[in-house]
Amino acid sequence: MTCGAHRISRRTPESTAGLVVFGALLVALATLPEWDPDRTLQVPLVTVLIYLSLAQMWNLLAGFAGLVSIGQQMFVGIGVYSLLTLAEDRGIDPYLSVVLAGLVAAVLSIPVALFAFRLKGGYFAIGTWVIAEVVRLLVIESDSLAGGDVRSLTRNSLGAYSREARDDITYWLALALAVGATAIVVLVLRSRLGLGLRAVRDSEGGARGLGVDVGRTRLIVWVVAAFWTGATGAVILLNSPSARADSAFSVLRWTALVIFIVVIGGVGSTTGPILGVAVFWFIDEQLAEADTWRFIILGTVAVVMAVLAPKGLYGLLQRWRPVQFFPVRRRLVPRAEEPA
Amino acid sequence: MSWANAAVQGVLLGGLFALVATGLSLSFGVMRFVNLAHGDLAILAAYLAVSTTTILDVNPFVSLLVVVPLMAAAGYLTQRYVFDRTIGPDPLPAILVTFGLGVVIQNALLQHYSADSQGLDAGSIETASIRLTDDIAVGWFPLLTLGTAVVVLVALQLLLSRTRAGRAFRATSDDPDTARLMGIDDRRIYARVMAIAFATVALAGVFIGIRQTFGPAEGPSILLFGFEAVVIGGLGSLWGTLVGGIVLGVAQALGNQVDVRYDLLSGVLFGHLLFLAVLAFRPQGLFGRQGRA
Repeated sequence: MTCGAHRISRRTPESTAGLVVFGALLVALATLPEWDPDRTLQVPLVTVLIYLSLAQMWNLLAGFAGLVSIGQQMFVGIGVYSLLTLAEDRGIDPYLSVVLAGLVAAVLSIPVALFAFRLKGGYFAIGTWVIAEVVRLLVIESDSLAGGDVRSLTRNSLGAYSREARDDITYWLALALAVGATAIVVLVLRSRLGLGLRAVRDSEGGARGLGVDVGRTRLIVWVVAAFWTGATGAVILLNSPSARADSAFSVLRWTALVIFIVVIGGVGSTTGPILGVAVFWFIDEQLAEADTWRFIILGTVAVVMAVLAPKGLYGLLQRWRPVQFFPVRRRLVPRAEEPA
Repeated sequence: MSWANAAVQGVLLGGLFALVATGLSLSFGVMRFVNLAHGDLAILAAYLAVSTTTILDVNPFVSLLVVVPLMAAAGYLTQRYVFDRTIGPDPLPAILVTFGLGVVIQNALLQHYSADSQGLDAGSIETASIRLTDDIAVGWFPLLTLGTAVVVLVALQLLLSRTRAGRAFRATSDDPDTARLMGIDDRRIYARVMAIAFATVALAGVFIGIRQTFGPAEGPSILLFGFEAVVIGGLGSLWGTLVGGIVLGVAQALGNQVDVRYDLLSGVLFGHLLFLAVLAFRPQGLFGRQGRA
């Protein structure tokens, strides 16, 4: 892109360095099962990667599209029960079913949007929560889904794979979801859609006036996030021995923790969820079994951050030294600076 | 239980929902503020009443004299020092702070009081009832709850429409900048409104504790019922909130009746579906003005 003596660039020196570091990290992570035979790193990493995937998607909705949802657990739950239905009950390959579970979530997210998009701000947040409750209760009431019972994937669906192969595939899927979620956010932000989103976030009326189709833009992002969250839900089931509707649709597990991660790391930045998930991992390692303390500590940190440092750890980092790890922000570069 | 009796019980239950919804409706009406910790605050108040009744060895109704002022003070201070920092054109900070606060309260209660369910024993009033016909009986306690909701809402309506403080509330709601020019301290107004909201939700929480057993995890469903009552009635209308609560109560009671007879959807689900129907066909609610959602 050129305009006179200046050029529009999204690249920064840190983003180029970031790309190299992330590339190397990705190779290391992808080959982890080779050099971590005892799975001391692999087991906790699956959970961390699952949370990174959920956090990137929640951040895409809340941080960039102004859709502050407290109902994302509904898409996790839909993913879990889609996998149970497709793989366990219908005998479709479990890993193909992960993709199909994402599709089911994406399709179901459209009617949800018809209701929820009528509400704004805080009322959108509670509205999505109510709809998630409705879906949870329907799954419990449904005879074929049997959401009230504890259900698990058995030899019916997993029989074709050895235990080791299953553990490795689950890990690779979690890695693909986390990296893919980050890539989606970067690609969306670099696109015309992302420019529209940020315009809408900063001034809805102004963006509308410039011809941004607000409803359509938000719907696209909503459906993409539902697909990815649903597929992540399916991997959550692959990673855990069993599920029931109350755990699959848990607002605390799949939305509250995710919100805390994003708020601590930094809402509205691509790096934020990565920093947040690192804090989550660190705190989780310090706590043995205490689920309650995890919520109290992360929740308190998130509330304090939201009041005192609304841009999270990434914002504090920016204040100290402005760096841009992902090439998403457009800047003007004088032509003279441009390398030949 | 007959359909008529179910409807009567639903109206009474609606009184409780209206009492829960009052604080939500008021703080949205005056400062467009949505407190996602509202339900957890109700449960917190119920636990405070449990501790008060145990320590002072008093009736739960007497414990209100401790719990309600305590919660009102907490509301004033929370607004002043926490919520105020989140008020602005962007709704995100307020959502994050109140939601996080709710999760922390819920888990702190779980840590301190354990997951065992608790109850508040108010004595013989809990079971006493008046028999209207052969199959309709009205309990004294549910009647007291509905009466309290009506009194609270009438008092708030009078406060808003007749008093100097109410005029300041309404002026701040309409246009905080101009209100400030007229010498109104909007921060103090907001803190007072939140004190009233916390006081009413404390009242609702203690009534919930007397009516049924409760646990730390029940805050979110209380929030959702209160929110549904507000939306069904119409945002920003206190009378709408009363009617919204009653409509939701009747829907849940009739839904339970359908469930008992035909093994269909549960009462709670019935209430949620009614809420979604209102959202789809009458998004401004039964009493709301157009275009305020």
